[in-house]
Amino acid sequence: MTTANDPLILGGHEFHSRFILGSGKYSMQLIEAAVKDAGAEIITLAVRRTNTQKKDNILDYIPKHVTLLPNTSGARNADEAVRIARLARELGCGDFVKIEIMRDTKYLLPDNTETIKATEILANEGFTVLPYMFPDLNAARDLVSAGAAAVMPLAAPIGSNKGLAAKEFIRILIDEIDLPVIVDAGIGRPSQACEAMEMGAAAIMANTALATAGDVTRMARAFRSAIEAGREAYLAGLGRVLTRGASASDPLTGFLREAK
Amino acid sequence: MITINGEKVAADGQTVAAYLQSIDCNPQSVAVEYNEAILPRSQYENQVLADGDVVEIVHFVGGGC
Repeated sequence: MTTANDPLILGGHEFHSRFILGSGKYSMQLIEAAVKDAGAEIITLAVRRTNTQKKDNILDYIPKHVTLLPNTSGARNADEAVRIARLARELGCGDFVKIEIMRDTKYLLPDNTETIKATEILANEGFTVLPYMFPDLNAARDLVSAGAAAVMPLAAPIGSNKGLAAKEFIRILIDEIDLPVIVDAGIGRPSQACEAMEMGAAAIMANTALATAGDVTRMARAFRSAIEAGREAYLAGLGRVLTRGASASDPLTGFLREAK
Repeated sequence: MITINGEKVAADGQTVAAYLQSIDCNPQSVAVEYNEAILPRSQYENQVLADGDVVEIVHFVGGGC
């Protein structure tokens, strides 16, 4: 249960949902439903050239209380990411930006070095910077120093629905980094989102898992429940795991067979 | 010629506002970069496009993950 006493704080803003929704693969009509059913308070958007005449404006489909998180997708280096971020802010949606810098078009892996550079520039300009990153502890520490508001490590290649392939490295970030760790990219099932939240992830970002599901809004609800369950489990503190053997959970006396 | 979103356009002498109107584009839903610097919306009426200018006009689309 996400409650008023367990907020997610990003750059001084308080959120009560721990589900960040990507909007890349929805039809316009599905966005509103997905936002509603997932309970998301943050949705990512991309910035692209306006070449054509009037068409649907995606902002008309996003409920007004939702915080827009523009990403810098398409950027191949820090300079391009900074340009896109500045344009996004000019579009009038606040100071949030998700840095995505990819040099590699086959696996779409984030370039940590350029991401650190862009984070520093944009944080100094007053942006709330959420960098998408390859889960590497050294890079994450540099992002903290650069002024990031959170780190967003990938779980698996973007769009792959392969789940927590980078689990051990994300766990290291959660253990060592004082900022919120938002697991981004690759989460394909609610159970994987739940597991990441049990580990102590601050939030989950997904899109493809919903967009490629049979029933988008139903899957949005499933993710919402899984994320809330994982958060509760984390806050509760997971029970211990025995390295071997068993441990009886019922009393070991008073059996029927015992002689008086 | 002006380079707008990577294409050569004969918009010399037009203001940014007039150009946006000519392509039926709502100025409230775009952001403009003029010669690599952000052009504030309040300047659209004043900024006249000249030969060699490089302009980017962008808007939000669905994106992410």
